[in-house]
Amino acid sequence: MHIEMTDERIRVLLAKPGLDGHDRGVKVIARALRDAGMEVIYTGLRQTPEMVVSAALQEDVDVIGLSILSGAHMTLFPRVVELAREAGLDDVIVFGGGIIPDEDVPRLKALGVSAVFTPGARMDEIIEFIRNNSRRATQPA
Amino acid sequence: MSTTDIANQLQEAEREWEERTLEPTIKGMPESKDKFTTVSLAPVDRLYTPNSSPDFDYERDLGFPGEPPYTRGIHATGYRGKLWTMRQFAGFGSAFDTNQRFKYLLEHGQTGLSVAFDLPTLMGYDSDQPFSEGEVGKCGVAISSLADMEVLFEGIPIEQVTTSMTINAPASMIFAMFLAAAEKQGANWKKVGGTLQNDILKEYIAQKEWIYPPRPSMQLITDTIEFCTREVPRFNPISISGYHIREAGSTALQELAFTLRDGIEYVQYAIDAGMDVDDFVPRLSFFFNAHNDFFEEIAKYRAARRIWHRVMTERFCAKNPKSWMLRFHTQTAGVSLTAQQPLNNIVRVAIQALAGVMGGTQSLHTDAYDEALALPSDEAALIALRTQQIIAHESGVVNTVDPLGGSYFVEKLTREMEEGAFDYFRKIDGLGGMVEAIDAGYPQREIQDSSYEYQKAVESGDKIIVGVNDYVMKDEQSATNLLQIDESVAELQAERLKKLRAERDNAKVENALKRLADGARGRENTMPLLLDCVRAYATLGEMCDALKPVFGIYQEPAF
Repeated sequence: MHIEMTDERIRVLLAKPGLDGHDRGVKVIARALRDAGMEVIYTGLRQTPEMVVSAALQEDVDVIGLSILSGAHMTLFPRVVELAREAGLDDVIVFGGGIIPDEDVPRLKALGVSAVFTPGARMDEIIEFIRNNSRRATQPA
Repeated sequence: MSTTDIANQLQEAEREWEERTLEPTIKGMPESKDKFTTVSLAPVDRLYTPNSSPDFDYERDLGFPGEPPYTRGIHATGYRGKLWTMRQFAGFGSAFDTNQRFKYLLEHGQTGLSVAFDLPTLMGYDSDQPFSEGEVGKCGVAISSLADMEVLFEGIPIEQVTTSMTINAPASMIFAMFLAAAEKQGANWKKVGGTLQNDILKEYIAQKEWIYPPRPSMQLITDTIEFCTREVPRFNPISISGYHIREAGSTALQELAFTLRDGIEYVQYAIDAGMDVDDFVPRLSFFFNAHNDFFEEIAKYRAARRIWHRVMTERFCAKNPKSWMLRFHTQTAGVSLTAQQPLNNIVRVAIQALAGVMGGTQSLHTDAYDEALALPSDEAALIALRTQQIIAHESGVVNTVDPLGGSYFVEKLTREMEEGAFDYFRKIDGLGGMVEAIDAGYPQREIQDSSYEYQKAVESGDKIIVGVNDYVMKDEQSATNLLQIDESVAELQAERLKKLRAERDNAKVENALKRLADGARGRENTMPLLLDCVRAYATLGEMCDALKPVFGIYQEPAF
């Protein structure tokens, strides 16, 4: 049982809350995380925060990654965090990415978003962040 | 000496040059990379000469500007008669805010308007619907009814400026609002000019703002084409767009091929609905991206014109030369802008805009340098417009038609683009058409593969982006003066909608909405029905919802 636990792959839910359809970034990240050996579930576009958290519960994920490029991040990211906490997902980390002005980053972190990746972030940076912070941290490949 | 002899002699001369000069040079200083590629990762040779295109034929491949195959442009005088239209895309906040920005741009020499709508509007939601929360006025202007459209054009004579509207899934509803606003100003529809984007196929392929499934959406588009041809003849009912395909990560070739194949699909559907090709094709327009790879982009535009001429004459047997001419708008590549060292974007935009101009664009939008961070500030929007004016009046590129025509490199790239596009056409035809290819996820997958390959090339350092993966500055100052949209727009919109619903004749609205659904079910042209809804002040969300039981809702297939 022991061995199975350490072998278990990190499970990541990638979601696009809000209305924007810019999914190039989230799809590139999905592929990079899969190539890095993680289990990735992508929700598709236009998920309400409720839908995102319910998918996170169902899929028993360790990490929720949110992508928004429309400017609605200050409304929707904290809402996902709040609902995740209410649902008892206390050790599931929530991170975000997209077009997010610098001054919003500390505000989002204060509201429980663990990390924010903006344009120019490297795929390895995101992979490393997940490996170091997820509850099911596996040995780096 | 025969032509073959001259060609052989030149090939021999090139071989001798390789031995005599090239090889010792490489021995002394090797080239910096094994493979040189465009931003689309297409290979580029060291040198192009007449040997690169041995069967090149000036009259067949280029011809003269204003004549088939239009490689050198659709106007005999290029920009010597008239410059391109400087059309900056703008929209944010409420209709009041955007009306002010439009007036500002017109006062500073802009020659046409281009409306950016917010996401709820693009998705067919009213500002006060639950899905709109947090999004109202953020990416563009919020327009929920004719009342908002009237405010948007307050003090701007619709008959005198041309207006481009970037709207797709609910394009016919927004167009009906626009026409009703024009009517209220006393404008004559026959004189109103502009462009409706109205290109749903690229939404399924790339931008992902849809409401209904592809086939009923094609019905709505065919309706607008038919209606415009009859009632608003100076309006382009569709702008077939590669811009978003490119922004989603495609290569230049994929942008070109998928866009033109989308064009073929619209033409075929309209013909199948009983229209004559030469009645409506002259009003179709195109919209391309201008990315960083200067020559690849210029080749793309030149190839687009040549391909469209071939498609129109060979595939559709069009007789009207206006049907053969591909007219297009260009926008510089938003995706190429960096949040790091944002002033560098001014330079990127200038290079991209220059490519659009040297490719013969009819109109141009230049991005503002702060757009990787937020919607443009007034200052950034003005520099973007000034960039076009500098190209037009200072660079000298407008003095002659198609200045790069005859460049061995550009002509070879143009040919490669043309051949590559026809290969894609054959694949898509083989799948049954573009609607079927979209059902199968084919163009979507092609784009995803390209965007992943490009990202890997950036991360490996094979492709350098200044300020991002090289020449990085530590402790960079973050940009200031960004345009902020607060939630007061949503509050204002909610109030306006509440008032509208209380004051209008609701029985009249109900009746018009019912007529709309019945008409759509019976395959009646929906445009006159939408105009009746709009005049009764039915909201955007109400009209879109009325058609959902008839048309269904699109679900993206998993792939």
